[in-house]
Amino acid sequence: MTETSPDPLLAEANFDQADFSAETAAGPAPTLSPDTDALAPAHAREVFVAADARRISAFTKWRKRLRWPLGIYTTPVAILIIWQVLAEVGVLGPTYAPAPTSIARTAGQLWQQGVLGPDLEISLRRAAIGLALGLSIGIFTGVIGGLLASGEQLFNGVVQIFNTIPILAILPVMIVWFGIDETPKILIIAFGAFVPMYLNLFAAIRGVDQRLVEMTRTTGARRWRLVTRVIFPGAMPGFLVGLRFSLAYSILGLVAAETVNANSGIGFLITNGQTYLQTNQVFVGLVIYAILGLLADQFVRLLQRLLLQWRPSYEAS
Amino acid sequence: MSTASVTPARQQAGVLVDDVVRRFGDRVVLDHLDLSIAGEELVVLLGPSGCGKTTLLRLLAGLDRPDEGTVEVPARRAIVFQGDRLLPWQRALRNVTLGLYGPDADQQAKDALAEVGLAGRERAWPKELSGGEAQRVALARALVSDPELVLLDEPFAALDAITRRRMHGLVRALRYQHHAAMLLVTHDVDEAIALADRILVMSSGRISTSHPVTLSAADREASVSREELRAALLADLGLANQH
Repeated sequence: MTETSPDPLLAEANFDQADFSAETAAGPAPTLSPDTDALAPAHAREVFVAADARRISAFTKWRKRLRWPLGIYTTPVAILIIWQVLAEVGVLGPTYAPAPTSIARTAGQLWQQGVLGPDLEISLRRAAIGLALGLSIGIFTGVIGGLLASGEQLFNGVVQIFNTIPILAILPVMIVWFGIDETPKILIIAFGAFVPMYLNLFAAIRGVDQRLVEMTRTTGARRWRLVTRVIFPGAMPGFLVGLRFSLAYSILGLVAAETVNANSGIGFLITNGQTYLQTNQVFVGLVIYAILGLLADQFVRLLQRLLLQWRPSYEAS
Repeated sequence: MSTASVTPARQQAGVLVDDVVRRFGDRVVLDHLDLSIAGEELVVLLGPSGCGKTTLLRLLAGLDRPDEGTVEVPARRAIVFQGDRLLPWQRALRNVTLGLYGPDADQQAKDALAEVGLAGRERAWPKELSGGEAQRVALARALVSDPELVLLDEPFAALDAITRRRMHGLVRALRYQHHAAMLLVTHDVDEAIALADRILVMSSGRISTSHPVTLSAADREASVSREELRAALLADLGLANQH
């Protein structure tokens, strides 16, 4: 293959094959034919056109919308409807599982009686203070542990041990140490938020693509810029995962703290309802917890949408 | 460090590698290798995969240290990697300003992007760039610091033949503007002929042969001497029996 093509661009296009042309020059690519035969036995063909160029009948459109009319909330709404029907028919007794409409009515009554509002406020305040405390410590130690080897030595072992202790199990110790006022409740929530935040942030910082870190060093960027422009943004997806777990665990902590010893808050509402067989009231508490969890999750999703717009597939997380 | 055999000019600029050994475990990747590159020379390092090309380049970049011998390079140096290695979370402009400090950093980066033909693409995310565009941003990031040495590690290997050809033209244009020494690592013989002042063939951890290239731009495209050089290079690479 020493003869050159008169067209330089054509010769260029042959770059990749050039070195192997000795083998392929023997025959017209004999290795390819069995594969292509096996792939298309009956000469079947496929035609691809723009998605909206295909004629979609009104029926197909209607059926598609009908299949998942509320997105991921279709199934929960369907369960609610079935629940309501079963309650109306009388399969589910009102003390066993009251109808959703009955729960909503009870919530309205409790609000009007001035029970629900203050309880909700107290629970939210506990969650906010606990979260702020836990996230601050989690982010601070996570950054130190992620960036510095000495930080890893200092914190990793402790947090790994913390990670194996269930939140409910430390509750008795908290009560012994801090009594039954607000302090142990806030600490439980903070503990729930701290552990997943540290672990995820640490892993995210250590998991930043080393090729990018190496590249950054060759550009002459100093350490602060490496941290702010490469490591922190690179760790952002993992940080948001940590935030999601932190929010979920802190709500778990809130429930644990309020259920075991409290004379106010949503958890108290639930234990109170249980004591007097007010199943409606128990369900009101549960629904509020569910809504809190859902809001927390949606909040992180929104953050992901805002902060990870550079990612080709940020929705898939 | 200074060596008697080196001219003063080469101590001012370029690259000086003296008797360097680099081992990974039992495997000797660089075996008493010597290399010098003059101030504005474009040297192409040619060799098969695993011959130690990238290891040598990493030593020159300061990303790795030799086990024996010395490596002397300018402090102002830049590297273009095999992949573009752009920060996906920064727009094109901020990728270029990564190593820049000072109030006119943005303007410098804009100029560098214009130089590689990407004026107006400053606000693009890396995911919105084509392979060739991304590699050009990487080139702009390397050149914006006005380096005395540019190291290119198979920078166009992942690009198609037509884009690669455009990139060759760009590299040729840029080297005359920047007056930097360049070392380009590749396994593509035609790329080496298209760009080099000097082609070094590497095998088993040493530079086995050196071919100065004095062809004109037209002769690099197609000429008898080009084909002779190509045949010689292929022979050095142990591919002669196939041609």
